[in-house]
Amino acid sequence: MSGKVLLIEDEPNIIEAIKFILSREGWQVHAHSNGETAVQTVRDRTPDVLILDAMLPGRSGYDILRELREDISTQSLPILMLTARGQTKDREMAERAGASRFMTKPFSNSEVLDAVKALSGA
Amino acid sequence: MTTLNGLAAISLTYVALLFGVAFFAERAAARGQVNWLRAPVIYTLSLSIYCTGWTFYGAVGSAARSGVEYLTIYLGPSLVMVGWWWILRRLVRIGRSQRITSVADLISSRYGKSNLLGVAVTILAVVGTTPYIALQLQSVTLSVDVFAHFDDTGTHTPPNTAFWVAAGLAVFTVIFGTRTLDSSERHHGVVMAIAVEAVVKLTALLAVGSFVVWGLAGGVPEVLERIDASPMGEWQINGGRWAGLMLLSAAAFLCLPRMFQVLVVENDSDTQLRTAAWAFPLYLMLMSLFVVPIAVVGMDLLPEGANPDLFVLTLPLSQNADGLALLVFLGGFSSATSMVIVAAIALSTMVSNHIVMPIWLELRRGTASVSGDVRQVVLLSRRLSIAGVLLLGYLYYALSGGGAALATIGLVSFTGVAQVLPVMLGGIFWRGATRAGAFAGLTFGFVTWLYTLYIPSLSGGVLIPDNWFIDGPLGLGWLRPEALFGIAGLDPLLHAVFWSLTLNTIAFLAVSMASFPSPVERLQAAQFLAVDAAPGGARSWLAGSAQTEDLMIMAQRILGARDAQAVFAREASRQGVEGDLPAPTPDFLQRLERELAGSVGAATAHAMVGQITGGMSVSVEDLMAVADESAQLMEYSARLETQSREISRTAAELRAANEKLTRLSVQKDAFLSQISHELRTPMTSIRAFSEILRDADGLSRADRNRYASIIHDEAIRLTRLLDDLLDLSVLENGQVNLNLSEGRLTDVLDRAVAAALADEGGHMRVHRRHKDEQIRLFTDLERLSQVFINLIANARKYCDAAQPELTIAANTQDGWLKLDFIDNGSGVGPEARDLIFEKFARVSDQKAGGAGLGLAICRQIVARLGGEISYIPELGGAAFRVKLPIRQDSTA
Repeated sequence: MSGKVLLIEDEPNIIEAIKFILSREGWQVHAHSNGETAVQTVRDRTPDVLILDAMLPGRSGYDILRELREDISTQSLPILMLTARGQTKDREMAERAGASRFMTKPFSNSEVLDAVKALSGA
Repeated sequence: MTTLNGLAAISLTYVALLFGVAFFAERAAARGQVNWLRAPVIYTLSLSIYCTGWTFYGAVGSAARSGVEYLTIYLGPSLVMVGWWWILRRLVRIGRSQRITSVADLISSRYGKSNLLGVAVTILAVVGTTPYIALQLQSVTLSVDVFAHFDDTGTHTPPNTAFWVAAGLAVFTVIFGTRTLDSSERHHGVVMAIAVEAVVKLTALLAVGSFVVWGLAGGVPEVLERIDASPMGEWQINGGRWAGLMLLSAAAFLCLPRMFQVLVVENDSDTQLRTAAWAFPLYLMLMSLFVVPIAVVGMDLLPEGANPDLFVLTLPLSQNADGLALLVFLGGFSSATSMVIVAAIALSTMVSNHIVMPIWLELRRGTASVSGDVRQVVLLSRRLSIAGVLLLGYLYYALSGGGAALATIGLVSFTGVAQVLPVMLGGIFWRGATRAGAFAGLTFGFVTWLYTLYIPSLSGGVLIPDNWFIDGPLGLGWLRPEALFGIAGLDPLLHAVFWSLTLNTIAFLAVSMASFPSPVERLQAAQFLAVDAAPGGARSWLAGSAQTEDLMIMAQRILGARDAQAVFAREASRQGVEGDLPAPTPDFLQRLERELAGSVGAATAHAMVGQITGGMSVSVEDLMAVADESAQLMEYSARLETQSREISRTAAELRAANEKLTRLSVQKDAFLSQISHELRTPMTSIRAFSEILRDADGLSRADRNRYASIIHDEAIRLTRLLDDLLDLSVLENGQVNLNLSEGRLTDVLDRAVAAALADEGGHMRVHRRHKDEQIRLFTDLERLSQVFINLIANARKYCDAAQPELTIAANTQDGWLKLDFIDNGSGVGPEARDLIFEKFARVSDQKAGGAGLGLAICRQIVARLGGEISYIPELGGAAFRVKLPIRQDSTA
């Protein structure tokens, strides 16, 4: 089983790592680094799973998440939220904003893979 | 012949009578029947304590030895009474309005309530009066001796007459001198007893005089003949000595503590003074009327060598006129005792108020409240002082041997006490008199008096070696005690009077003019000088005009209904009045005032009672006292206000501190969160790629190398981040040690540019003017270089021009170096300019890869080097200016 994954992340090395992990399992991964144009990219790309970093240049990941959840077309899009902050309140913020899953950096490769699988199957 | 026992019995009876009189007068005063106690005639008679045992007996002796010179002693006071009546009136009015209790109090009060002056006058008074008390004891002893001599039972003088007299007087004075502690300090009992004694001594002298003139000499013409025949007719009047003695006795009349007591302190009204102005000179005239006849007849009738000082007593005794002799004895006894009693009261008031109480209060300071038992302490202190003064007098008498030295001591005392005169008169008439002047005057007068008169009067060789009188101290002839400044040949007494009063006055005037009075002195001077404008007794009420009901209403308001009614009911039952509205006697008004004073303060209480009784208007002085109390209250409330201001300031400070802590806490959270982010991001790459390297088979060698170098780079990034964090932490805590050295700016810049652009490949062009960079800096060159590298590296990282250029411009001014780093990129946006120096304030996108600590570190370093770093807008690209002192202060 495979599908389209959109990765919104600004750290090039992390983009490369996630691309490698997911594409090896047959996922089609597209990466995008700018927070300001992220929402439009989601609409254009219509991914099966969205991986969204919380801290982006231009716009915060939480903000993007909230906007996506307000839009009917993306309301039920499975979204995996990544954050490097790792405090409890970050997790709470992500849940409130409507993230399907939440993951703290650094993560293991299998964690990401399992999460994307689970989200796409749901 | 009267036996000594009989004499003792009669004396005791007389003393008992005096006790009775005093007691009766006190009781009458307590009942409020004071009008007759205040009769001008009583006041006048009380002034008679001027005529002591010394004048009673000694005037005749003096006449027998030196002719009519004794008259000067009477003329001085008479002149004051008649000619200086206005001085007296002012003194008395000041005494009443200021509630003066003694000479020392007057001087201390006038000169800014200086207790030092009070102490000085007190010491002067004690030193000047003690010999005089001894003299009175001697006169009593001598008169008892005379009786013993004539006593045919063969008994001798009872030992210790002087001691028992002193002890008895102490008891009397303690009982009647310290019964009340009213602010008025009036002693009706004592004054009444003294008035009785005045009558007794005048009667005795007149009786002896009549007996001598008409009984012994056979009539007035015969007496005049005898006078002409005696040596007295040939005595010349020494004009200078007469003037000196008159001045002296006039001064003493005003300044003697006992005279001040009866003249001023016991005075109630101007009326008393008006009567005394003519009646007292008359009394003195009567006292001196028969002095010459007694002297002349005594010299004729009594055997050669008989002591003329005792003619008054020996003449009737020699004629077996026992009754008359007894009367004379009582007259002399009265003269001596009345003087001693009043002197003891006056001195004890001074000693107690100016020496004992200040010391006691000083000792008690800080221990509990002193309001409750202070009255008892004051009474005890007065009583001990009385006993002390009398003991001192007795000791002086006993130690001086009661010999000839005492005979001259009267005038010596006068001169000492007269030293107060310039300061006293200056105080009540001259606004410019100051405390310093008063102190100087008293000191000069007192020392001169001691040196020229008092010490020489003690028999030879005491304190001053005999040769000083001939050669002067240390051979300085102009300092001879009896010929100061080379003026020899004067009568020693006159010499002392002249010099002591002259030096005293000059010092007083000169120092007063050279010094400035304090505010309190000015205030007191104004009050003392303005006293004629507002006469009237401040603390005495005219009985009968008070409205008891109004008083009751007022008291209820202040004390509360129940307490006020209790006070009134108690007073009513004390007075034996039905109901609870007692008569407003002065006594009651004073008691009421005291009750009220506990609640509203003494001055306010007095003013309130004064308003209602209407006996007098509220005087300026009362208003000032009220103002004083209000001032104290205001001061108190100001203190409270200050305290409350301090409290609210503390609260504000606490609030600010708390806000700061909260802010810091928020900042700390944000900082930790940032650090977490900056650490986790490279760790994420490291973990991901190391897992890939571990798990994924079949990776190409190129991929493997690539992933390994990512891990390597991210590890370096982590290390750099930790280094920066530690560096910043050290800088922020100020723990960094500067390594100061000297070097040229251009060298530092060369190294920094090389380091920052090492692997850049010459893409960025750097413009410098080496001419401007030849400055020798004395600072931490390593740290400075770190700043430069950071700024240049930032330009390299963030400059977005196609052809990046960096201009480094140096210029110096007033010991400061200004160094600008300007690139040709798009610069920092206005919204970010405030942030760029904050930690983790990475505002552009991630291509630079720094953690955002560089500028924060730069700012810290430059601050440590004593300068500042700032962003300069509107210069085209990003422009940073570093400003720092060329030579770092090595102590910083």
